[in-house]
Amino acid sequence: MSAYLALFRIRFSAGLQYRAAALGGIATQFAWGFMLILQFAAFYRTNPDAFPMTPSQIASYIWMQQALLALFMTWFVEHDILSSITSGSIAYELARPMNLYNRWFCQATANRVVKATLRFVPILLIAFLLPEPFRMTLPENLEQLSFFLVSTVLALCVVVAFSMFIYTTVFYTLSSAGVRLVASVLADFFAGAIIPLPFFPDGVRQVVELLPFAAMQNMPLRIYSGSITGSDVLWGLGLQAFWLITLVILGKLAMRKALTKVIVQGG
Amino acid sequence: MITLQNISKSFRVAKRQTGLGNAARALFSREYKKVQALDNVSFTINEGEMVGYIGPNGAGKSTTIKVMCGILTPDSGECKINGRTPWKERKSHVRDIGVVFGQRSQLWWDVPVIDSFELIRDIYKVNSNEYQKTLDTLTELLDLGEIIKTPTRSLSLGQRMRCEIVASLLHNPKILFLDEPTIGLDAVSKIAVRQFIKNLNAEMKTTVILTTHDMQDIEALTERILLIGKGRILLDGSLTELQKRFSCEKTLIVDYNGQMPKLSDNMTPVELKEGRLTVTFDPTKLSVSDAIAYISNQVEVADISVVSISAEQMVAALYEEHKI
Repeated sequence: MSAYLALFRIRFSAGLQYRAAALGGIATQFAWGFMLILQFAAFYRTNPDAFPMTPSQIASYIWMQQALLALFMTWFVEHDILSSITSGSIAYELARPMNLYNRWFCQATANRVVKATLRFVPILLIAFLLPEPFRMTLPENLEQLSFFLVSTVLALCVVVAFSMFIYTTVFYTLSSAGVRLVASVLADFFAGAIIPLPFFPDGVRQVVELLPFAAMQNMPLRIYSGSITGSDVLWGLGLQAFWLITLVILGKLAMRKALTKVIVQGG
Repeated sequence: MITLQNISKSFRVAKRQTGLGNAARALFSREYKKVQALDNVSFTINEGEMVGYIGPNGAGKSTTIKVMCGILTPDSGECKINGRTPWKERKSHVRDIGVVFGQRSQLWWDVPVIDSFELIRDIYKVNSNEYQKTLDTLTELLDLGEIIKTPTRSLSLGQRMRCEIVASLLHNPKILFLDEPTIGLDAVSKIAVRQFIKNLNAEMKTTVILTTHDMQDIEALTERILLIGKGRILLDGSLTELQKRFSCEKTLIVDYNGQMPKLSDNMTPVELKEGRLTVTFDPTKLSVSDAIAYISNQVEVADISVVSISAEQMVAALYEEHKI
């Protein structure tokens, strides 16, 4: 286990070097957050009765989403992994007594965690100080907050497990650009990154809420904002765990298959 | 102990003619060409041996190394290293081996080298006292000192290369694969690295398999060489044996003053210039001292040298002989 901890640590400290990128990210996410909230506020004024979430829930959902963007965004990939396949330095990674899937899983997780660590504090700090209707609020009770934290960890793992499929395709295509674009647009849409899932029309929503994408940011953000409460929370955590296990098993099988025909690029 | 038996590996490479038209055609139908990287490769290497693995570019050297490291799965054939099949028991196999790929890096780009070393320590679960001892010895031998506290991205190629070698040895591997370890090194570093590998083999009994294009590496390090060409092992023998085979011929270079001397029947002219003469001869027919005497009787000799074939020429001759 300590090997993975060490790997996590080194990836984390390598990521800490990019402070300017973090500042840029914070500014972007602020602008983006405001735009989203303004847009939802406009919808709300048009017809409050058709709104499945309260304005305060929306504000919390969006700010937490922006603060933890690096944990949940599916378009966000670990470039070290992509380049290790395309440049051939994967040779060294395979020459270590480690499971490659676990290694990459750990590395990609560390990369997301370090990026989020550098960004989330300033965003949340300001979001709590904003005037209504932009202000972010705390969950109603401690229980909800702790469920949110558990759900966040699960969502992060589901997102990484999903991205492992993207990395595996690079063994075959050498460029992840196309796969990434299609996969991330679909995944982000169905995960509630563009509009929260409660806004989906009835009939479609019930199906989408069962997909693996619903086990991503949808779950922690809705638990935090209070859009999911009571026994639904436990059902949601169960769904996340189910999809995490399923994706990891399938991902490991896919990678094992890819590795038997691996070609080390560049001699 | 390493044994390879009839290892074959082929790659499928997309073939494409030049030009935009052909590039467009390749979008719809592709032609593939099978490249036989390894063709029934067999050899045995004993514990503690140091072997030079040579061959021209694209001969299959690196592919063999990658098969032995468990990275590539061959199409057919058997390979046993310390009783294990590398690609089947990759994780336990790689614990016992160290590998340097001269063209790639195992060090993390953005963090100090020492951090990468510590990661490797944790991956191989090296005891921290032992690690410190190995690290101290290695950094001293390869003259690394403060360099290991610098981020990899600010190192020169030679500095990085020495760090790569240290990184591959931190877990005291029984077998060391070196794939072009002296690439890009300056003369001083090359000598340091060679000396270091030599000591390692002598003292720790580490088995070393080395691929290189630098024949001085081979001359300095290995007694046994394996020659591979077009995926086949063409020759397996000792360097001295080879030298004997080729060194029936000696080259005599004379700088002289005066008229051009006449040559003995046993001398073959290579280059005849005013003031300098290069000939080859067979020492079994004409002894070295007779050859020198023959020339110096006729002209005033300013400088004279007798050269046996260099490893470089020998390999060139071998490549020629095997048409690879």
